Amino acid sequence: MTSFVLNGKPVTVQASPDTPLLWVLRDELQLMGSKFGCGAGLCGACSVLFNGQSIRSCVMPVAAIAGQKVTTIEGLGGEHPVQKAWIDNDVAQCGYCQSGQIISSVALLAENPKPSEEQIKAALAGNICRCGSYPKIIQALQQASQSLAATDPAELFYDASSAAKQPAGDLL
Amino acid sequence: MKMSRRKLLMGSASVGAGLLLGFEVSAKAPVPGALSDSFQPNAWLQITDDGRVLFQLHKVEMGQGVMTSLATIIGEELDFDPANFEVQMAGVHPDFTDPNLYSQMTGASASVRGSWTSLREAGAAARALLVVAAAQRWGIEPSQCDTDDGRVLNSSAGQSLSYAELASEASQLKPVSYQLKAAADYRWIGKSVARLDSADKSTGRAEFGMDVVRPGMKTSVVVRCPHFGGRLESWQKDSVIGLDGVLDAFVIHSGIAIVADGYWQARKAAQALQVQWHKGPLAGLNSAKIRRGQEQALQQQPHLVLQRGDIETALGDAREVLDVKYAAPYFHHSPMEPQNATALYTLDSDGRGNHCEVWAPNQAPDICRELAVEYGGLEHANVEIHTTLLGGGFGRRGYPDFVAEVVAIARQVPGTPIKLIWSREDDMQHDYYRAATFHSLKGAVNPQGTIEAWQHHIVAPSIIRGLGVSMMSVNLPPWVPRVVARSLGKWVGGAAARFDPTTAEGAKIPYTAEHVSVGQIEHDPGVPHGFWRSVGFSYNSFASEGFVDELAQAAGRDPLDFRMQQLADAPRQKTVLQLAAEKAGWGQARAGLSQGIAVAQPFLSHCAMVVEVSVVGNQYTVERVVAAVDCGLAINPAIIKAQIQSGIVYGLTAAIKNPVTIEDGRVLQSNFHDLPVLRINETPVMEVHIVDSLASPTGIGEVGVPTVAPALANALFAATGQRLRELPLRLV
Repeated sequence: MTSFVLNGKPVTVQASPDTPLLWVLRDELQLMGSKFGCGAGLCGACSVLFNGQSIRSCVMPVAAIAGQKVTTIEGLGGEHPVQKAWIDNDVAQCGYCQSGQIISSVALLAENPKPSEEQIKAALAGNICRCGSYPKIIQALQQASQSLAATDPAELFYDASSAAKQPAGDLL
Repeated sequence: MKMSRRKLLMGSASVGAGLLLGFEVSAKAPVPGALSDSFQPNAWLQITDDGRVLFQLHKVEMGQGVMTSLATIIGEELDFDPANFEVQMAGVHPDFTDPNLYSQMTGASASVRGSWTSLREAGAAARALLVVAAAQRWGIEPSQCDTDDGRVLNSSAGQSLSYAELASEASQLKPVSYQLKAAADYRWIGKSVARLDSADKSTGRAEFGMDVVRPGMKTSVVVRCPHFGGRLESWQKDSVIGLDGVLDAFVIHSGIAIVADGYWQARKAAQALQVQWHKGPLAGLNSAKIRRGQEQALQQQPHLVLQRGDIETALGDAREVLDVKYAAPYFHHSPMEPQNATALYTLDSDGRGNHCEVWAPNQAPDICRELAVEYGGLEHANVEIHTTLLGGGFGRRGYPDFVAEVVAIARQVPGTPIKLIWSREDDMQHDYYRAATFHSLKGAVNPQGTIEAWQHHIVAPSIIRGLGVSMMSVNLPPWVPRVVARSLGKWVGGAAARFDPTTAEGAKIPYTAEHVSVGQIEHDPGVPHGFWRSVGFSYNSFASEGFVDELAQAAGRDPLDFRMQQLADAPRQKTVLQLAAEKAGWGQARAGLSQGIAVAQPFLSHCAMVVEVSVVGNQYTVERVVAAVDCGLAINPAIIKAQIQSGIVYGLTAAIKNPVTIEDGRVLQSNFHDLPVLRINETPVMEVHIVDSLASPTGIGEVGVPTVAPALANALFAATGQRLRELPLRLV
């Protein structure tokens, strides 16, 4: 059994300690937003926030996250400024990689609210999109960055599953 | 409304000025999933009296945007905002057969062009019935009514009724005549309607095949022989039985299936499995031997697909003949979602298989059904295929081998839903690759500085040969025994292989040379191959447009002028070339950049690209790609732009990244570390310009791919003087 904080709520899971977090999320908790793409930490489709960093859940044993905080695409709530920018810009094509792209973008903006285009490219180089939605990812991320500048920074880290908005440090 | 009373309304011969007469045909079969109490004027639409307007999407959504563009087309004529449709993925039904593909396949960039007429007629016919229903209610003439986004209006009396309020009356009506809108009246077509799938795909809610969950579901993986055509020699079942979470392991047609509680347990068991394979007929085959086989095949007499003038004499008389070879390697599809499918197989009271339900991200629901019939030992009527969203397709999911596997596995554990998941390694090592091809090009220019002679011989395997069985199976009625359908299909595929129209796609040059000969030679080394985004164009455009550049150089001419002068019979190619050149600033590259250009006419569309590169030593960077496309009427310009960008990224990956290589009859590579794909930090600036047109819409999903590689090769020549004739493009 492993306990951790998932999308703002404590959870305890049964999976064996070596089970990658991705399969705990998908098979045991049936949270299907984080995707399986390569199983080797190469494509980023499985990205989740781990204490605020974008990590590859397909290669992270669940034992390693005991007591830590994990946020998945579901935890962003759907109204997150980055998600809104994604919808506004029609970023997705097939859409399979986009949960991971959004998670990595949230992590980037948390660390650097005003990233340059080069910084965006460097931060998202770990997230493959075979449909080539890259130009729209940059466009949407820049829009999210601007809209965040005009709002409460806590908005970025809002977790829909928790009752109240929490400051960044608390959730990530 | 009962099925027996359902009438299907079909548009037919045009009467007078654009007036189409609706007529009835009896329903061929119930539309899977249709509501029993709705107004269902045709296979695509249902309107309920509680306000649901359902659109059965008969093409699969794999990123190319058909959910939005096809809803836009039918919504335009129905006069209903496409954003308000409840879209359902269609099941298998004869009315959903593609007029160009003779199956329910999604491919060949055929979705919009093949549905343009039928969907407009379906929408208009339904609207006409709703108008008649309203007119009857109000006791006025239909001509006194108008519609506005889901409502019929009687403007003079200030009355209106919603489509929902009219559904029940409309369902009782005989078909009536109807008229299609004039382009000037379009409200949604041409307006970049927002994608209908954006919200679900930005929140993790979108359901891909990988995300299907059924009560009591278990997970399966298959361990396959890594050598193509190899077979099982022996295996030790006790190497996996008893491992954590493992429920069963057994042999199926493609390998050893392991069933476990979850994916991780199944995957760990697959790694622990002790199995011995017989390498099969391709043992010892490698990429170098494949090349030698292709070189030898060039000696064969080709099947000519384009011939004019007298090529032999023209080449014989030429002062100087350019005689070169081009080559493209095997290449993988790697959609982001690895292959997968879910199935539930159930038995009747006598313990015989009597039903199978399949959920699969696929590009051919009818082929999926045939495979479920075959591998499940079932009747067609007892198979239900549910198509999910696809995490990319690119042609790969037109080969639903994963459905055959999941049905074979589910049949062994009846009553338990089984989700089969391929690993990325499975996906890359058991693909239906873009074929490796080899090209002989010979040509000469004349003193006027134009092409005098052009000969192109293509050595490639046939796609049609392998498709015969599927195509015959889906087209012969269910009462024809499947064994007969399959043998007939195999025979037809074999007989058609030599003439396979996909082989020479993109090789029939549009240029006005006097002596032209293009021919194809079927040669198959045995590595599985198939449709790969843009198919024949993906290698033929590379060879043709590279060679045109070589002839331009031989003539001492500018590559753009050289092409433009010889496109007298191809005005739309001229337009896109001119537009791409103008927008890119052809001939005025910034210092340190070099330009290359190419044009193609894939899937009835026209596309030209200018690529700009910078070179340092033997390393290059693609800095900018400027594309111009004419795909007829632009249904959704934003989606068209995204698709061209998508094609550029896909085509660039194949032009510059590691290819698939064969060793000992198997694929050497296995994941994104040794088959890398283009990432965001490697992606050039991309500009897409769309030609204004009112012509019928043509293909878009694959149209951006073919011109990238040749335009890049031509740019690299301009930069370095090195003529690269083999993919991937590597400077020495």
